[in-house]
Amino acid sequence: MSDIPHFGFIVAAYLVTAIAILAMIGAIVLDYRRLSRALSRLDAARNRDDGQ
Amino acid sequence: MVNLANPSAFLAVTRRALPWLALATAALFVVGLWTAFLAPPDYQQGETVKIMYIHVPAAWLSSFIYVVMTAASLGTLVWRHPLADAAQKAAAPLGAGFTFICLVTGSLWGKPMWGAYWVWDARLTSVLVLFILYLGLVALWRSIEDPGRAARAAAILTLVGCVNLPIIKFSVDWWNTLHQPASVFRLGGPTIAPELLWPLLTMALAFTLLFVVLHLMAIRNEILRRRLARLTMLAAAEGDALAHRFAAGGSGA
Repeated sequence: MSDIPHFGFIVAAYLVTAIAILAMIGAIVLDYRRLSRALSRLDAARNRDDGQ
Repeated sequence: MVNLANPSAFLAVTRRALPWLALATAALFVVGLWTAFLAPPDYQQGETVKIMYIHVPAAWLSSFIYVVMTAASLGTLVWRHPLADAAQKAAAPLGAGFTFICLVTGSLWGKPMWGAYWVWDARLTSVLVLFILYLGLVALWRSIEDPGRAARAAAILTLVGCVNLPIIKFSVDWWNTLHQPASVFRLGGPTIAPELLWPLLTMALAFTLLFVVLHLMAIRNEILRRRLARLTMLAAAEGDALAHRFAAGGSGA
């Protein structure tokens, strides 16, 4: 494979693309988990307050 | 018909649609990458043309996302659609991400083909301006605390910035440039051989669907963020009211 001319440029382009796409997916998924956890905590606290 | 302007209805629809859309995106990427790697080399560029299968879809998305944001900005300023500013805010980082991919892969394609990673010609410079616009919009959203004011400011900046879109599109016709002119969406039909065109179109569809999935997920996050802010304020207000009642009761005893 490495005897293909400009092989390094092709691999670098695909690697950068994969990393950038995974970073976008990761950021959105982590943000969702953080928000869901915070909402659950807040709901639990409100239910506890209502119960008292 | 489901009213998608209602955030709760939007959340319900995305919850059902997202797994299927994500599955379709993954399948399209598998088919697109498979056919791209089986595609024959270009007669001039050789195997380096493989960079086209990621560079061109990213370039297409970098402009398409700005069109989506422009439509959302109109929705914010003209129709005051409740989800328009959430859609605009959610799209900006994605636009920056895909424009970054476009610039870097273009640079990595340019070095072996043109002998330079970067030239200050009209197409490259106008796409760089687009990237800076996306970053500016992300920064603007983060710098204004009041969501309503941030939405209006971002909408106005987006509408001003959309003048860059025709410049990007026609830069290769209006000015001398190293960048090749349009070869897929043109009046006389595509000039690319079908063996290279079909993998390119499949990858373009995969990238577009990926954006749709990520955009829906990001809008969902935005709705949850607003719900969290509202509930936090409500809890703080209830806490204040309780504290006041407690203080009033304490002083009256």
